[in-house]
Amino acid sequence: MEMIETRGLTKHFKDVRAVDGIDLTVARGELVALLGPNGAGKSTTLRMLTTLIPPTSGTASVAGFDVVRRQRDVRLRIGYIGQGNGAGHSQRGRDELVSQGRAYGMNVRDARRRAAELIDSLDLAEVADRTVATLSGGQRRRLDIAMGLIHSPALLFLDEPSTGLDPQNRANLQEHIMRLRAEHGTTIVLTTHYLDEADSMAERVIVVDHGRVIADDTPARLKAEHVGDTIRFGFETEAEAEKAAIVLSGRGVAYGKEVKIRTQSGPRHAPGMLEDLRSAGVPAASVEVARPTLDDVFLQLTGRSLREGAPVSELVAA
Amino acid sequence: MINDTITVFSRELRPTLRQPFTIVISMVQPLVFLALFAPLLPGTDSLRWFVPGIVVMSCLFAASMTGSNLLFEMQTGSHERMLVTPLRRPALLIGRALKEIVPMVAQAALIVAVCLPFGYRLDVGGALLGLVILAGFCVGVGALSYTLALASKHQEWLFWTVQQTVLFPILLLAGVLLPLDGGPGWLRALSAWNPLRYVVAAERALFTGDVWASSTAKGLLAAVIVGTLGLMIGVRAMRRSA
Repeated sequence: MEMIETRGLTKHFKDVRAVDGIDLTVARGELVALLGPNGAGKSTTLRMLTTLIPPTSGTASVAGFDVVRRQRDVRLRIGYIGQGNGAGHSQRGRDELVSQGRAYGMNVRDARRRAAELIDSLDLAEVADRTVATLSGGQRRRLDIAMGLIHSPALLFLDEPSTGLDPQNRANLQEHIMRLRAEHGTTIVLTTHYLDEADSMAERVIVVDHGRVIADDTPARLKAEHVGDTIRFGFETEAEAEKAAIVLSGRGVAYGKEVKIRTQSGPRHAPGMLEDLRSAGVPAASVEVARPTLDDVFLQLTGRSLREGAPVSELVAA
Repeated sequence: MINDTITVFSRELRPTLRQPFTIVISMVQPLVFLALFAPLLPGTDSLRWFVPGIVVMSCLFAASMTGSNLLFEMQTGSHERMLVTPLRRPALLIGRALKEIVPMVAQAALIVAVCLPFGYRLDVGGALLGLVILAGFCVGVGALSYTLALASKHQEWLFWTVQQTVLFPILLLAGVLLPLDGGPGWLRALSAWNPLRYVVAAERALFTGDVWASSTAKGLLAAVIVGTLGLMIGVRAMRRSA
């Protein structure tokens, strides 16, 4: 059985097509990242899949149940960690965990035991009995995760999980998510606009833009297919660079004292090219192989950068 | 459904219980009201008339605040988190409304206790039935307050403006603080449409032990209508809001 299956999933807010016909299939045990700029429709998609908002049209089945007709069945089987803080600020962390467990139908004893387990494994022991308002951002986020996991869901949604966290807490969070996956085989769907996050965690990245899926593959294949690697050879003079470009039989372009070549696999092709250049009497003074980022993929697909506020021309030049 | 309501109710009440001081403060207010207002009423029977009124008033005020806690939780994300759980939607409304109402029962008991030395007598059975009717009515009010909070989204002023604008006419047109009998015809005609008026009348009769009066049935009916309608509107708003 597929964990998630959507057909033509669409959400309009007045005139805005926030989600514009998404077909998506996620199998059990996958770890999927929805990647896209702010406003691309990632969160709206997640909100439909978690029964928070009804679709304008199209269908979605989550954990085997329709998100409109069988809301309660869906809710029982999923965990959701939203963008905000799930714990009430005037509450104590442990209390919130227990009532969260109760909300999923656990009895008080089981809820207490499970809360204690999660407090332990998410390193919350020192703060669990303080009011949530006194916790730091990272502690609150860990508490959110604990709440999302209280009922050990088979499918976990995380909406921008690391927004607002410092790099250390981000790394920490990613580690928790990866461990969850490894230990319990949990299916995980997260949205992010952090490239490195999608890159390092997900085996499958779904690139979303303007409410549509524009690419869907492993990070490695997305990069190989849409961008490829770049090899840069440096030379002593411009003349040498021009000669080198000819030696490499037109595969490269000379820019000043540099020759730039796009290729599927830079590390594999670079040594051979160095050899060719040496035997042609124009040995390279330096060589650099650049692997593409998912941002390069996004740029290639849309002509825009994922990094907010950065003008495209600057990034192309960089 | 009952389990879900208890879960929501106890979650809401817990922070209050952990800070008993806030409860004490909230108890004082109606006592002040009672002390300063009751002496103005004519006649020796004024307490019998006034005590049920003040109990209704504080309960109504409390229930109308149900949405105010929600406003904050909507901003932080904890309301959204609750909506994703399998908790039944009416339980979210009832649990939150009861959290406001139940402390009012303690308050009512205190008011009665304070009035006893002044010759006030209460029929316990009737009063308990009265509280059940009042709770039904206030659950409806609480659900409407919840709906108002959902509709105001992040504009807190909107919530408070509407809450105040609606609450006071309802209160005044129910004869809670002053009798309506001497009022002009248009005012009495308006109050005939006010469900709270029937609840107050029922409370007055029940607090004196007059259980089989027709006012009891009318009050019960008003409470059932407001309670059901409030819950229906609240559940609908929740489905459409998020």
